Amino acid sequence: MPNTYKNPVYPYRRPPELDSGEVRHCPVVIVGAGPSGLAAAIDLARQGIESVVLDDNNTVSVGSRALCFAKRTLEVVDRLGCVEPMLEKGVTWQHGRVFFQEREVYDFNLLPEEGHRIPAFINLQQYYFEEYLVNRIHEFPAHIDLRWEQKVVEVDAQPDRTAITVSTRDGDYRLTCDYLLVADGANSKIRDMLGLESRGQVFQDRFLIADVVMKADFPTERWFWFDPPFHPNQSVLLHKEPDNVWRIDFQLGWDADPEEEKKEENIRPRVQAMLGEEVEFELEWASVYTFRCRKMDSFIHHGVVFMGDAAHQVSPFGARGANGALQGVDNLVWKLARVLKGQAPAALLATYDDERQHGAAENILNSTRATDFITPKSRVSRLFRDVTLELAEHYPFARSLVNSGRLSMPCRYDGSPLNGADVEGAPRELRPGSPAKDAPVRLSGEAAWLLNQFGDRFALLLDGRMDEASAAPLAAELDALLARQPDLDAVIIGPAPDALTALPRSRVVEDSEGLVGSRYGLTPGGGYLLRPDQHVAARWHAVTAAGVDEALARALGTHLAANATTTQGGRHVSA
Amino acid sequence: MSRLELNPNFTDPDAFYAALTETHRERSEEQIERINARLILLLANHVGDQAVLEEALTIAGRAEERPAQATAR
Repeated sequence: MPNTYKNPVYPYRRPPELDSGEVRHCPVVIVGAGPSGLAAAIDLARQGIESVVLDDNNTVSVGSRALCFAKRTLEVVDRLGCVEPMLEKGVTWQHGRVFFQEREVYDFNLLPEEGHRIPAFINLQQYYFEEYLVNRIHEFPAHIDLRWEQKVVEVDAQPDRTAITVSTRDGDYRLTCDYLLVADGANSKIRDMLGLESRGQVFQDRFLIADVVMKADFPTERWFWFDPPFHPNQSVLLHKEPDNVWRIDFQLGWDADPEEEKKEENIRPRVQAMLGEEVEFELEWASVYTFRCRKMDSFIHHGVVFMGDAAHQVSPFGARGANGALQGVDNLVWKLARVLKGQAPAALLATYDDERQHGAAENILNSTRATDFITPKSRVSRLFRDVTLELAEHYPFARSLVNSGRLSMPCRYDGSPLNGADVEGAPRELRPGSPAKDAPVRLSGEAAWLLNQFGDRFALLLDGRMDEASAAPLAAELDALLARQPDLDAVIIGPAPDALTALPRSRVVEDSEGLVGSRYGLTPGGGYLLRPDQHVAARWHAVTAAGVDEALARALGTHLAANATTTQGGRHVSA
Repeated sequence: MSRLELNPNFTDPDAFYAALTETHRERSEEQIERINARLILLLANHVGDQAVLEEALTIAGRAEERPAQATAR
């Protein structure tokens, strides 16, 4: 067991339903208090939606598990209001080395773009990530009812409502809900109970994770070995974690015996050979795993919505498991909240499936490519892999082919039915469907970040650096727009004329380093409509109220509502 | 969009073929395989364009399935 981390024990509380005998109806029940379930509960609370969260255990992740949290994930967590402790605890790295056999073939520096609040990623053990989310949950006692040691043993999913039976040490009780969010992991019991499947590829390989505490200093770098002398024909990854813990990932091959490999007496010589005889270390935690790349054909089954590993699973290379999961939650919750409040048609929720099937497919594609490079499937693939590494030592071009896991990049919802107007000549990386980019700004004279001005609601980002005469008619239009669209706020890049700064539900920020203008390709009067998940819905060279109305309706799926009944029906039959 | 060049494009075809043969001369099959793999990677990077590379991969793969038609070209 880890010495550097003590798992908190969260208390079981006897649920009131056992004594009342009533079947309580909840808008949302969440199964599983892992990264997805916890984040979803917080995000729902921010939308004013109550939820009950059920977990069959009484603590956070046992073992470090997910480790690399990418920028976009941390931006989502920042929106949820608990990224600070993660940034403080997490290890930021940007230097890596790649080794082949006896030699270092190259090193790299990720050199992240300046002018972003959040680093490209941090290394943080999953237990910390979850613990900080649980701490945040405790700040929403009126909205989140988090219940430990409560196991869902029966599910009855009907088109209009879902009923579940929950088992506790004191007996069973029932709940009904409008929506059941399922985040009970890769081997989802709920998925099995509903007779649903997650389909894909099992990789014929085993890996050993060993978390070790080093006695001496070691650089904060990511080291990846292909076919090293201390572990021939396999790969090894060394990664820094907080608390002076190092993650070592040994590829074992399919024939390895997991029980044998997990024994400390078998792990120690392997780690010692790798680190060198003189290095002292302690073994914290070890686990042997195989992995799959698979997903469900549909993440929605009536009112049951699957999230995280229950919905889609990837290989660990490229850190797309927990990162993909958080992007999924980010996508789901604002839609679900608006459907529950009657502000959007049920068809909006179905676009969670459209957009995140795209995201899951992208994650599976990337992690499968990394896996195929690390574990070549044939003699010729192995030959190409090896000569790629040899060439990489001398020629930069070959380094671009070396794939030991690609950094998790945020998903763009290209082709989403929610995407609205685009314009010529604007930066491609902020086209509709893309996540907004951060930039430093000044808010009321204080340094602030652009992304922190968006989220939870729709936002119109407007370049308000216009003259008085052209601002006046636009301000009149936008005043009426904000009055009829209660789900919309305005973020105005200033300095702007008084007519614009006086708008209701608006704030003026200054583009202190000129990076908002350059990253967004903004000119006076131009702007972007951002969704509550900070993704671009539409953009214009010249913002008009009518254009924003249209894009808002589209982003809420109003145009999908007409054929929603048949679409939904079709989904259910195929599920 | 650029296309794969299928008309003669060598500055000196005979010299290229001779140099290729020379590179393979008196090497083991294993060495030749590695040389060919390096050559593919070097040339593929020089071409660069994914659409052109995929066209080449398609033609190369197809020739294996239907040798008679491919050689008739």
